[in-house]
Amino acid sequence: MSAVMSNPLFREPLTIAGAAREIEFRDAVREAMCEEMRRDKRVYLLGEEVAQYDGAYKVSKGMLAEFGAARVVDTPISESGFSGMAIGSAMLGLRPIVEFMSWSFSLVAADPILNNAPKMLYMSGGQYGCPIVFRGNDGAGGQLGSTHSWSVEGLFSNVPGVKIVIPSNPADAKGLMKTAIRDDDPVFFLESERLLSMKGHVPEGEYLIPFGHAAIRRAGKDCTICSWGRPVHFCMEAAEILANEGIDCEVIDLRTIRPLDLPTVVASVRKTSAAVVVDQSWSFASPGSELAAQIHRHCFDDLDNFVHRVHSDDVPTPYAVALEQEYLPNVRKICEAVRSATYRA
Amino acid sequence: MKDPTVPMPQVAPPAAPTAGTSASSLPVSASTALQWLREMHLIREFEVRCMQSYQEKKIGGFCHVYIGQEAVAVGCVAAMQPQDPIVTAYRDHGHALARGMSARACMAEMYGRASGCAKGKGGSMHMFDRPNNLFGGHGIVGAQTPLGAGLAFATKYEDEVMLGGKNRRVSLSFLGDGAVNQGAFYEAMNLAGLLHLPVIFIVENNGYSMGTAIHRGTTMSHDLCVKGRAHGLREVTIDGMDVVSVYRDMSVLVEWCREHSRPAIVDMNCYRFKGHSMSDPRKYRTREEEAHHESRDPIINLERLLAGEGVLDDAKLATMLKDVREEVRDAVTFANDSEATPSDELYKDVFVEPWGRYTGSSLPSYMGGATNACTFRATDGKEGLV
Repeated sequence: MSAVMSNPLFREPLTIAGAAREIEFRDAVREAMCEEMRRDKRVYLLGEEVAQYDGAYKVSKGMLAEFGAARVVDTPISESGFSGMAIGSAMLGLRPIVEFMSWSFSLVAADPILNNAPKMLYMSGGQYGCPIVFRGNDGAGGQLGSTHSWSVEGLFSNVPGVKIVIPSNPADAKGLMKTAIRDDDPVFFLESERLLSMKGHVPEGEYLIPFGHAAIRRAGKDCTICSWGRPVHFCMEAAEILANEGIDCEVIDLRTIRPLDLPTVVASVRKTSAAVVVDQSWSFASPGSELAAQIHRHCFDDLDNFVHRVHSDDVPTPYAVALEQEYLPNVRKICEAVRSATYRA
Repeated sequence: MKDPTVPMPQVAPPAAPTAGTSASSLPVSASTALQWLREMHLIREFEVRCMQSYQEKKIGGFCHVYIGQEAVAVGCVAAMQPQDPIVTAYRDHGHALARGMSARACMAEMYGRASGCAKGKGGSMHMFDRPNNLFGGHGIVGAQTPLGAGLAFATKYEDEVMLGGKNRRVSLSFLGDGAVNQGAFYEAMNLAGLLHLPVIFIVENNGYSMGTAIHRGTTMSHDLCVKGRAHGLREVTIDGMDVVSVYRDMSVLVEWCREHSRPAIVDMNCYRFKGHSMSDPRKYRTREEEAHHESRDPIINLERLLAGEGVLDDAKLATMLKDVREEVRDAVTFANDSEATPSDELYKDVFVEPWGRYTGSSLPSYMGGATNACTFRATDGKEGLV
């Protein structure tokens, strides 16, 4: 990856030629998994309902039929056990993909995914790696109440030794998933249940999107908006509204928050002199607060205002639909933050 | 899980000796038994020197010694093949030495030296030895049991899915009796039972989880095998103070698991002669109880047996002890004289490939120190790519 990251070409927004076909986000994730499983027999998928049920959210639909029960493994509701088991198999050289029906359920597997996977290489002095992908739905928005609505990036991005990928669209999901499966380190891949049915252009040929490589979704000169995952769409919508008010926003989709593509963000903020960070996790000690601190540090003399932040509200996720929509880092909040950051409030 | 197609392992005394051999109660050759005795003495001497080094503040953190339980690690390892993976908990020096880690690499790890088995990044509770298929040393009680299931999943997957053959390896996952009350252990047993994983959970039942006597923390503590029975595991209770029993019963069980690709649980009765860790004054048990168990010392047991068989005398034992003391003294000197792990190791081994401030990974010096080499390929060096 170092070669990729040091290559200035990869700093450009990624555009994929010949992308005429439209498929759903879930299909893109499945294509990535299937292609990698055809390529590498060490790769297998396990999780609750991934095989016979075809996946709780149909992400793994048809995979049992293609790869068989030895490589598409149904597990009991036993996150701690099957996460630890997958990690043990990765230490021995397999490349498991672990599906959490929801990342909210990963909390009962906190010990294996935080205490084993990211530390194995270090504690063994370089002897045992852990090439594993944990993936599943993350974030609120489906009226599932507080226990099922975690944005775990707020917790897990604090831990060294993991790579955290949060794609916002089908094409990215496929390219980033393929990179995740081939990566030699543990990768947390955070999908959004709200995006699984979203359709988008996905090339049919093979492509990989390197980690640590942000995409500029909308170029602009007045304010930089940084986000990842589902809120990128809120940012794009806000940018359209703000454009009508004469505020020209640049929207950056970080795609991975570990590694974090700081150079792309810094270059943008040096141009716009204003920055808003939009993060669907809670605000206190979050990836958003980290990014804001980094922007302050690197763009101290370039900023015309402090970096504004939009998060989910600092309360447990509510069930009631209007309350939940208000709770999210929604378009209204983003517009208000951008107006404030650019002194247009 | 009723599974009538797989017969229960028959763990019983071995068949009567064939004509021509003596009526020895040793299931192995005299030289092998003497080697077991040496390994047990090595572990005992090593642990005594660990305690000294800890008191001299040369070893930091937590340190849990294995004195009293030597027969378990030595007997179990003797019953396995070198390619069979092992994973254990934090009282792990004995397993590491029994598996073949050098006393030097083990002691240097505790001294926080670059020459340690994990370059001084793991410490006493986290011994790793890839050449000897030791997958740690794990500090969180019970956390290693799903890993053990995963090692078995991986060996079975390699043998059956990738190579298209028959399962040929067995994984051992050691745990203490305190770990049987962790949820992770039950999840691991359930998965092993469901997926027919060739893993043996060996409960080193020394009667105490730290300072809590087993009956105070565990239901059905008179029969820990019942914990495995609920998940369809085969079960064996073994006298862990007798290395011959450990070897004999484990050999049968290991081969049964290998042949049938099924999991098992062992209630391995033993006793730790020292405290839970170095800071434990052992106020929760009587000195009379300790004296009783010390009279069952597995090392003295084996010495008596070997003397009775006529293969060990005072002179031979003295030579062995001198040799062992010299090996451990050398390990302490090596550890003490080794370079402290340098600061450029701080950002190494966080990720395999270098990026950002992370400097990639490298193997420990005793494995040659190659860089970015941690993710060894499955199936004995064959690429998994198809």
